[in-house]
Amino acid sequence: MESITRPLILSCSPHLHSRYTTDKAMRDVSLALVPAALAAAYYFGIRALLVILVSMVSALAAEYISRRIMRRSNSLMDGSAALTGALLAMCLPPGIPLWAASLGAVSAIIIGKQVFGGLGQNVFNPAHVGRAILLASFPVHMTTWMPANGSVVDAVTMATPLALMKAGSMDQLPSLWQMFIGQVPGSLGETSALAILLGGLYLIYRGHVDWRIPGTYLGTVFVLTAVFGTINGYGLIYPFMQLCSGGLMIGAFFMATDWVTSPITKKGRLIFGLGLGILTCLIRFFGGLAEGVCYSILIMNILTPLIDRYTKGRIFGRAK
Amino acid sequence: MKYERRTFPGGTHIQDFKGFTNSLETQEAKAPAKVYIPMSMHIGAPSKPLVAVGDLVKMGQKIGESQGFVSVPAHASVSGKVVGFQRMPIPNGRMADCVVIENDFKDEWLEGLLQTEKDPKSLDPKELAARILDAGMVGMGGATFPSHVKYAPSKEGKKADHIILNGIECEPFLTADHRIMLERPERIIAGLKYMMKLADCPKGVIAIEENKMDAFELMIKLTEADNTIETVVCKEKYPQGSEKQLIYSVTGREVPPGGLPLDVGVIVNNVGTAAAVADAVEFKRPLIDRIVTLNGNGVAKPMNYRVRIGTLYRDLIEQNGSVLGDTVKVISGGPMMGFAVYSLDIPVMKGTSGILVFNEESQVLKREEEGPCVRCARCVDACPMGLEPTSIVKAAKRRDWPEAKVYDVTSCIECGSCAYVCPSMIPLVHYIRLAKQYVTSKDGNGAVNPFLV
Repeated sequence: MESITRPLILSCSPHLHSRYTTDKAMRDVSLALVPAALAAAYYFGIRALLVILVSMVSALAAEYISRRIMRRSNSLMDGSAALTGALLAMCLPPGIPLWAASLGAVSAIIIGKQVFGGLGQNVFNPAHVGRAILLASFPVHMTTWMPANGSVVDAVTMATPLALMKAGSMDQLPSLWQMFIGQVPGSLGETSALAILLGGLYLIYRGHVDWRIPGTYLGTVFVLTAVFGTINGYGLIYPFMQLCSGGLMIGAFFMATDWVTSPITKKGRLIFGLGLGILTCLIRFFGGLAEGVCYSILIMNILTPLIDRYTKGRIFGRAK
Repeated sequence: MKYERRTFPGGTHIQDFKGFTNSLETQEAKAPAKVYIPMSMHIGAPSKPLVAVGDLVKMGQKIGESQGFVSVPAHASVSGKVVGFQRMPIPNGRMADCVVIENDFKDEWLEGLLQTEKDPKSLDPKELAARILDAGMVGMGGATFPSHVKYAPSKEGKKADHIILNGIECEPFLTADHRIMLERPERIIAGLKYMMKLADCPKGVIAIEENKMDAFELMIKLTEADNTIETVVCKEKYPQGSEKQLIYSVTGREVPPGGLPLDVGVIVNNVGTAAAVADAVEFKRPLIDRIVTLNGNGVAKPMNYRVRIGTLYRDLIEQNGSVLGDTVKVISGGPMMGFAVYSLDIPVMKGTSGILVFNEESQVLKREEEGPCVRCARCVDACPMGLEPTSIVKAAKRRDWPEAKVYDVTSCIECGSCAYVCPSMIPLVHYIRLAKQYVTSKDGNGAVNPFLV
């Protein structure tokens, strides 16, 4: 018998591994953003795609250069930087100057992620860090809205539905259907609830996202806005309009569900979603801003380790 | 017909790779020129050799005496001459003293063995227990726990109301249990009957995973007239065959951490063990051979072999006609919990259910580089024990052993589900084993363990 020509590999079990890897998951999540990107292109034109492209390229460049400077391995292939760039672009106004989009992406990668040690170490959702930095630095650029092509209500082209609701101008609101399909002014990936829902359901179907976070988040917002709407006499359409407006849908399905910054326990995810819903409503009803999704998610991100700590699951065989 | 599929929380689905060998009838492997019988093929004290160099031994002759209660004797698996004692590596990576017997190829059984017991049903539990111990019976699923210990009367008076035969075989590639269920089902049922009598237990359950429906249907047919035995089908999910998970699937009971199945009134044995018990009781046949699945892309013909205990892996692979030149990894047991071995000059033991040989072209073993944890929580969802593998591993990586204890590292059964699903290829089981060593050391910090620096 021919003998073995080299030492046998010794390694700890298991010796078998699933084909599922982080980069594949990242690509899948990016794929889930395609409907929202297409909707943005449809409503806001080629300009929307340009913002997405600039944001993604800037994120990749920032990832590559910052890791080069820190003498760390090249991590472009894990797909997370490209995804962060795409997610950031989704919550920018379509008319934002391209340099601002680029700056946001660079901040998201460097301040939001790499200073913490890179993928897996960051406390906050990097895309939302980028958005928060832009909002604080360039409030005018970040709140100047373009009309969605084909919008039949010219009067609302310069105000988002959320701003109108905040001002109590319920009579000027577009129809719920327009808000659902995205025929309203807003950030480029946020307007079409339908497109985001498609992508979000795909994520749940593929197992990348636990339904608990979007489920409890949207559920909490629905209940609270229904109560608020009833008190103020806005009617039953109000909670649905709240659900379809602003960054809520994309926040619930794509941002709050970010693996790194959300709880790993099932119970923790329920609490996380509940907290998000309450914070978002508090900001939307009583805050100085029309939208509260971004800050709610950033605040709940800080609480994630604490939530995990106190929601450890029961060990099999231990008393219930 | 529709059957209820039993299952347990957690776990993961794994491609089973059983199609190579699950329809191949077991072949009798040629006995090798020399066998190496380890004196430690079981959990517990090694047995003490009863023979000297130059002694002639018969097949089935006791050559090692059990030492203490948790220990079993060892027997000659061939007839021939004792030519030496050798300390050599065994599949789990440890060293064991082995009795080396030169085969005379006569296969002469020791007198008194292999005589059919006239009325085995009249044997009292004491006699049954003695025959099981005498036959060197251990759990053949891989844990090699001495069988007689499971059936010894418990000090606290605990009694079993269920004996579960484990026919799950959830490890990919392995088909040894599947074949024995198809080829020797009556012997399995007979063995179960003796176990029930021994433990004075009213109910026996044969549990089979749904990827072996042929075995399940055969077993259902053979047991339907007997209302003390139930055959159940379990969902195809890893680690369905793990003792604690199987007990939960079948009875809904949870064995407490650190506890034994008997704490919840259950005894679990492998189907192969049951068949061997029947042979031990009725023919006084000691455990000298077992079915081993030989597979992997490095073997010429994937096969199920009945192999004499003490056969070197090299001898078995050689008679299969396999070319070993480009072999890169050899696994003793299944790919999820088996051991990667560093030599082929190690003997088949009572718990050796499979030998997997892989060369460079294997897609099965291919893995990418370890990346950072992205907190996807797949490991948390897959853990059948309800642990947070990633939290334990993060603690282990920063050598925070008290923190590993907070996350209950000692409850880990090392099934490998977490490392299997991890998209970042983190070797979680490796770090968990390390943490266990420290946490279970005397001061909880590894300071008094000479192997940990």
